[in-house]
Amino acid sequence: MFAASQVKQDPRDRGGLAQPLLIVEGLKKYFPVRGGVLNRQVATVQAVDDVSFSVRKGEVLGIVGESGCGKSTTARLLMQLITPDSGGLVFDGDPVGGPRGISISELRRQMQMVFQDSFSSLNPRMPIVDSIAYAPRMHGLSAAAARERAETLLAQVGLNPRQYSRRYPHELSGGQRQRVNIARALALEPRLVILDEAVSALDKSVEAQVLNLLRELKARLNLTYLFISHDLNVVEYISDRVLVMYLGRVVETGPVEAIYSRPRHPYTRALLASKPTLDPDRRTRHLPLTGDPPNPINPPSGCRFRTRCSFAQAICSEVIPSLLAPVDLGADAPTDHLVACHLPEAQAAFGEHDVA
Amino acid sequence: MAKLSAFDPALAAPADVLPAQPSPGYWKAVGQRLLRDKVTLAVTAILLSIIIIAIFAPVFAIQDPLAGSVMRRLKPIGTEGHWLGTDETGRDIWARLCYGARLSLIAGMTPVMISLVIGGFLGVTAGYMGGLVNTMIMRTMDVFYAFPSILLAIAICGLLGNGLSNAILALSIVFIPPMVRISETVTTQARHLDFVEAARASGTTTMQIIRYHVLSNVLGAILVYATSLISLSIILSAGLSFLGLGVTPPQPEWGLMLNSLRQAIYVQPLVAALPGACIFVTSMCFNLMSDGFRGAMDVKLNK
Amino acid sequence: MLPETDKIIEVEDLTVEFRKREGSLFAVNGVNFSLARGEVLTILGESGSGKSVTLKAMMGLLPGYAHVTGQARLNGKNILALPPAELTKVRGSEVSMIFQEPMAALDPVYTIGEQIAEAIVQHEGISKSAAMKRALELLERVSIPSAARRLKNYPHEMSGGMRQRAMIALALACSPTVLLADEPTTALDVTVQIQILLLLRQLSEELGMAVVFVTHDIGVAAEISDRIAVMYAGRFVETGTVREVMRERRHPYTAGLLASTVHGGLRGQDLETIPGAPPSLAALPPGCAFAPRCRSVQETCRSGQPPVVDFGPGTMVRCVRAVPQMAFA
Repeated sequence: MFAASQVKQDPRDRGGLAQPLLIVEGLKKYFPVRGGVLNRQVATVQAVDDVSFSVRKGEVLGIVGESGCGKSTTARLLMQLITPDSGGLVFDGDPVGGPRGISISELRRQMQMVFQDSFSSLNPRMPIVDSIAYAPRMHGLSAAAARERAETLLAQVGLNPRQYSRRYPHELSGGQRQRVNIARALALEPRLVILDEAVSALDKSVEAQVLNLLRELKARLNLTYLFISHDLNVVEYISDRVLVMYLGRVVETGPVEAIYSRPRHPYTRALLASKPTLDPDRRTRHLPLTGDPPNPINPPSGCRFRTRCSFAQAICSEVIPSLLAPVDLGADAPTDHLVACHLPEAQAAFGEHDVA
Repeated sequence: MAKLSAFDPALAAPADVLPAQPSPGYWKAVGQRLLRDKVTLAVTAILLSIIIIAIFAPVFAIQDPLAGSVMRRLKPIGTEGHWLGTDETGRDIWARLCYGARLSLIAGMTPVMISLVIGGFLGVTAGYMGGLVNTMIMRTMDVFYAFPSILLAIAICGLLGNGLSNAILALSIVFIPPMVRISETVTTQARHLDFVEAARASGTTTMQIIRYHVLSNVLGAILVYATSLISLSIILSAGLSFLGLGVTPPQPEWGLMLNSLRQAIYVQPLVAALPGACIFVTSMCFNLMSDGFRGAMDVKLNK
Repeated sequence: MLPETDKIIEVEDLTVEFRKREGSLFAVNGVNFSLARGEVLTILGESGSGKSVTLKAMMGLLPGYAHVTGQARLNGKNILALPPAELTKVRGSEVSMIFQEPMAALDPVYTIGEQIAEAIVQHEGISKSAAMKRALELLERVSIPSAARRLKNYPHEMSGGMRQRAMIALALACSPTVLLADEPTTALDVTVQIQILLLLRQLSEELGMAVVFVTHDIGVAAEISDRIAVMYAGRFVETGTVREVMRERRHPYTAGLLASTVHGGLRGQDLETIPGAPPSLAALPPGCAFAPRCRSVQETCRSGQPPVVDFGPGTMVRCVRAVPQMAFA
């Protein structure tokens, strides 16, 4: 859903509404695995392999996948916390790191991240107000002004500054700490916030509170979210578009309705069918998928899903499938639904693996 | 930020699960725990009195620690005018112990402070930078680790010649590698915590991150370790003096006193044991104090 | 509902008090349930509700400062009152437990086969080679592919899902009549989680094993349970069949939990939430523990414990607003 009409004009907007806020091109990161007596490189983990996507202004792009699919590595690559082997970022039309583009530190002002572990992502020795004020302070704001901003932010995320600002992280509940982390991410007034499993560790009743807060903040502050999660329900609830990753590659991307109602990739279908049903009368009867995801150290050649795919043919082991429009495009099909699968019959087989 | 409204009750976080009292803060909590720890309080008091006696030695000891007399050699404990007896040249033991505390404490604590500054700096740098810098610093330290610390100290002292400052220098060199290793370990752990990543992601400089986020989380552990090193340092420096490599006679120093009283062990065993007892008590107290600090600082931060 | 004699485990008034220097608190406060052969009961609750403590108390796995009272009768004998030596015998042979983190239950220095065979030898005294054969059958039973080869694997050589299966095989080694499962799928990926859930369901049906399954995930509970017990602040607040609990939602906490569970159908709407956070067990409110968060709280809720309202065998609600159906039906 391209919610152009809902996007407010941002004074920092440079490229106009049609210019995606972030374009990711051919992002790649291989980690060496060292071992043996001489600590030589014995293998490579292909954590993120040729990942490209774009995030539109004002949308929520969900990235979903299982452990080892590279979604968290992608987040850290985008924040430049680890250096990509190759690939480039374009932020609002400006290439990042290039001579004519914006610098990495400028990018980090515009793009911030909330981590999964609410406890370890806050300095245990700092009162929370100082943790939030830290970044503005280091970027040149006076101590008093930074503190005032931190207290405004605390109020915005639903924590009364008078009561909470001098608290230490261990004196807060998990939900309260995650609110502090959100406030900290907003302290530099970013335009894009990466939420890496930001609600996954919370209790269900608290998760709903934080999701409401995130939606409210997005509307108020004109934010764009990159929402990374393994929780299919949460991604469906909050995202406008979805990116499905498997073993370091994107296997399918498209509007959330299209992905959830007509998944084309056999993996996406299996993933959705594995979701607990919430209805005791419609329990899962047949296994959507057997086995665990393969080890990313030596991923299968060609299509990485082929070892678990019931449709796999010879071509799947030889050629890496690229992201293309599905074969049987109906008239009403959205144009930005793309799938990385060679086989038309596999793409069209919707319903076969559906919940019994 | 101006467009943001103030506290909005509609989005308010859940009512608090904790009492709304202001938090005492980390160091205050550590202090409160220390006050409840009787053993640590006691050893700290002993150490403080030793330090006070050392500083105000002329007040506590009226005798001259260097003035001997052949007439008053090796008097037992309880002798009139020399309540702890005299040594083999007739010098007052109490005076020598009081003045000796100065040199012994200096020789014990200075190497630890020097190695704390140098080793701590190298260790934090190695831990935070990682990669090649880490490899270079840590492999260099490994070379020093190949020698037992006492042998290394003796070798360096032998090379530099005897004297207090050379002994201090030798011990500093000996203590740098373990100090580097401990600071590197705690820094490496802290560096991979999410809040340091978050600080990096906010685009602040390395120095700022180390100052605000890394040091506050590693300094405690490093200081505790340094305190425990003091006891070893006192023993080692006394050992060097005992071997004639540290403080030179006739200066009063516990290790040196132990050496010169050694011949009197059959004549006045109690007097001869006094310097050793001082070394033992002081180093033990430093050790127990360091244990107490470690316990008090190990506040379980997770709820 | 089965006759009373068919119950293989009956827990009555199970209470766990943690007594520490700082004070004491009740982590579990008078829990009752019973299970027939092949039945799966899920204890559903948030962190700190006491659901894991309940399981550990039944296994005698709590630390010394935990004071356990009440009864847990396994085939008629109260396992809470057993001397340690006898409890060790019961553990593994009559009641087994599986955990969220299989690495905690598996020994890293022995192969999977050795560990399972060792458990069988200890409890049944059969020969090592016969035990090894049984171990192979067990691995096949939990659908581990190429089981003969896997027998010789060390835990770290297996993937997360395989380890979980190996731990289940180990738990099944002496054919227990009751299996206690403490969030065994929480750390798993969704495609693996459903495999383990289906496996447990199948094992419980085929072996007639009663399963007590602890989870915080309503979706998981809906997939696996015959009956659900919703736990809040150390007490069961609602119990019933899986359908009853999920449809009737008689307790306001159950209703709130289900309403705040996120799913795609709620896109674009604000989620319903339960205000506040679970109370600290050390400072429980005097009346109903849920009262401070309850939308339909009444004066009586704050003063005393709400009544337990029975809706038939094994079905109850602990709430002043609950009205027995009989009155209207």
